[in-house]
Amino acid sequence: MTSATALSWFARHELRLAWREWLAMMTGGRRRRTRAAVIGLILFAAMLHLPAWAVIGRFSDLRAPLDQDSLIIMTATIFLAWALILSQAIESVTRVFYARADLDLIMSSPTRLAEIFSVRIAAIALSVTAMALLFATPFVDVLVFEGGARWLSAFGVVVAAGLSAAAVAIAITIMLFRLIGPARTRLVAQILAAIIGAGFVIALQIAAIVSYGTLSRFAILTSDTASTLAPGAASMVWWPARAATGDAATLLPLLSASLVLLGVVMAVFSPRFADTAINASAYTVSTARSSRARAFRKASRQQALRRKEFILLWRDPWLISQTLMQLLYLVPPALLLWRSFADSAAAIVLVTPVIVMAAGQLAGGLAWLTISGEDAADLVASAPLSPAQVIRAKIEVVLIAIGAIFAPLVAALALAAPWHATVTAGGIVVAATSATAIQLWFRVQARRSQFRSRQTSSRLATFAEAFCSIGWAATAVLLLTIPMAATISALMTSAILAAAWKLRPAAG
Amino acid sequence: MMSEHAALQLRGLTKRFDRTAVDALDLNVRAGEFYALVGPNGAGKTTTLRMVAGLLRPDAGSIAIFGIDARRDPAAAKQVMAWISDEPMIYDKLTPLEYLEFVAGLWGIDPVVARSSAHDLLVSLGLEAHLNQRCEGFSKGMRQKVALAGALVHDPRLIILDEPLTGLDAVSARHVKGLLADRVRNGDTVIMTTHILEVAERMADRIGVIAAGRLVAEGTLAELRQESGRADFSLEELFIALVDLEATAA
Repeated sequence: MTSATALSWFARHELRLAWREWLAMMTGGRRRRTRAAVIGLILFAAMLHLPAWAVIGRFSDLRAPLDQDSLIIMTATIFLAWALILSQAIESVTRVFYARADLDLIMSSPTRLAEIFSVRIAAIALSVTAMALLFATPFVDVLVFEGGARWLSAFGVVVAAGLSAAAVAIAITIMLFRLIGPARTRLVAQILAAIIGAGFVIALQIAAIVSYGTLSRFAILTSDTASTLAPGAASMVWWPARAATGDAATLLPLLSASLVLLGVVMAVFSPRFADTAINASAYTVSTARSSRARAFRKASRQQALRRKEFILLWRDPWLISQTLMQLLYLVPPALLLWRSFADSAAAIVLVTPVIVMAAGQLAGGLAWLTISGEDAADLVASAPLSPAQVIRAKIEVVLIAIGAIFAPLVAALALAAPWHATVTAGGIVVAATSATAIQLWFRVQARRSQFRSRQTSSRLATFAEAFCSIGWAATAVLLLTIPMAATISALMTSAILAAAWKLRPAAG
Repeated sequence: MMSEHAALQLRGLTKRFDRTAVDALDLNVRAGEFYALVGPNGAGKTTTLRMVAGLLRPDAGSIAIFGIDARRDPAAAKQVMAWISDEPMIYDKLTPLEYLEFVAGLWGIDPVVARSSAHDLLVSLGLEAHLNQRCEGFSKGMRQKVALAGALVHDPRLIILDEPLTGLDAVSARHVKGLLADRVRNGDTVIMTTHILEVAERMADRIGVIAAGRLVAEGTLAELRQESGRADFSLEELFIALVDLEATAA
């Protein structure tokens, strides 16, 4: 087989793997569902056009030359999208290093590894870009439909963003390997992915709160300070915004630059990709951390279970990154709360839904990890405890963890507004209990390391959990503002919960 | 009083999935004996033992462990037994000592006794250098040893093992076999499934051959030879003959 033939064969192999991984994610690993998944995806994409129209429709009239406020807002939006793509790209690259089972086979084959890994890097870039295009399409469609064909060039900007984000992600991940080693890279990359995705929006919100006492990031983007600090109209900073509105003179260099960046990353990092992959696959046998020996503690059977769950949660890299992300999301409302002490702003009401929703989401993840993600299911099942005792101990762990994370915020809120704090506390309890109940009804036996694919095991549970968190957050804020509407919201959310219970799989 | 009972008594034990996996199985294992359950793949060995360990609910039949009705009082039955599968059931993020502390807690063992027993077990299995390292970097053999130590830390009277020697190197396998032999010498009962017939031949007091969910032969090696009329046969030859006979009959 010639080198070119081998490379095209490997490229086909990579694309087939990427397609099947994506399909498995969409169908929950059940091949019979392929057609349903494709139809569902098309419907979902069609439905996405509605929120896309609500968010972006009013900008469709924008055309060159853009005024400075428009340039700032568009550039910030594109940068936010790029940050989100980068976050996903870091996840993808880390997954390739740690999860692909074919590295031994590839590296033991008589092929030139640098070439093979160039193809793999290109495949990562392609899949990241394809995903970005998939999510961007409804927004660009709306702009094209409302504002004309010139907006089609926005697709070019998305492609440039995808390619450059993939290149930067590969460079970041391999450099992390070099700097801190494979054991820490996995955790740090997860945390980075979480922070990069949310960090930009949160930073804008913090700036808006500190400067203007509002959560709206537009307040800071359209401020005089932003205008003063912004570079001149001819700056390259505005190229993505100008390219998106149909300026071919900026789009072509932008696309070329992203391709060159990816090419440089492939040339520089392909030879090191093999070393990195070897280190990543070897790290499981080379790094084991030690802790101090101590006496065993006296505990009841349930206490032993709870303690084990707390240790495992504490040492869980996913949980660390997710908690960090949830806490990051809570920084703006916490800041708003802090400002409210000074000027009693009505904006304090915004704190409640953010906290309630974060509690619901975090409880769902914790509940999956403790209830479904049991690595020693046989051991626990063969222990002299009833299944009810085991489940009760695990639920207690979830609720205690949620309580420990959110109690300080509720206590701070109570100092500013006791009624708000009471409603928020109630919302946290109800949202966390709902998410835990859904995870309990839809529990599957899985390993904790399968957490990433937990959404694929039951789409119904995922949607029910998300809608319940949103529903209880809405109910809490409505209780503070329009109590009558809160009743309706509570009834609707209860109906979702009841439907989830009704549709739960039969107990095995 | 308890020692008068059989370590394990199964009567009419039945489990059906899409086909009958265990078919009205009757089995007696005496207290203090090493019992090997052998049979071809899919014969129902693991299903039987998973029902005994309380991991699967039988469709019919009874399970008595040292006279305790395991279906009526599962907690009491589980208190005196341990289950080890061929896939080690341990937590990557716990150290061996933390894992054993957890197991001891689940079985309600006094922490002082458990700490000393855990240390001794891990040392005897050659894990002294890894007591305080997290299990995430352990090889399959090391993980199997940690799981075995976990099963023994609560001092069970009945130890049930499903293919415990799979994936172990010769030294590790010898460690495990030595530990099990010690337990039997101390009066505990061991029931083990294995595909390594030499191990069954050398270690087991009695051997049960299971095929299509039914016990097709049982006894000491001498009794099996006598029953088949092949005095010079090894267990492997007897096993193949019995399984072939069963397949022909089916």
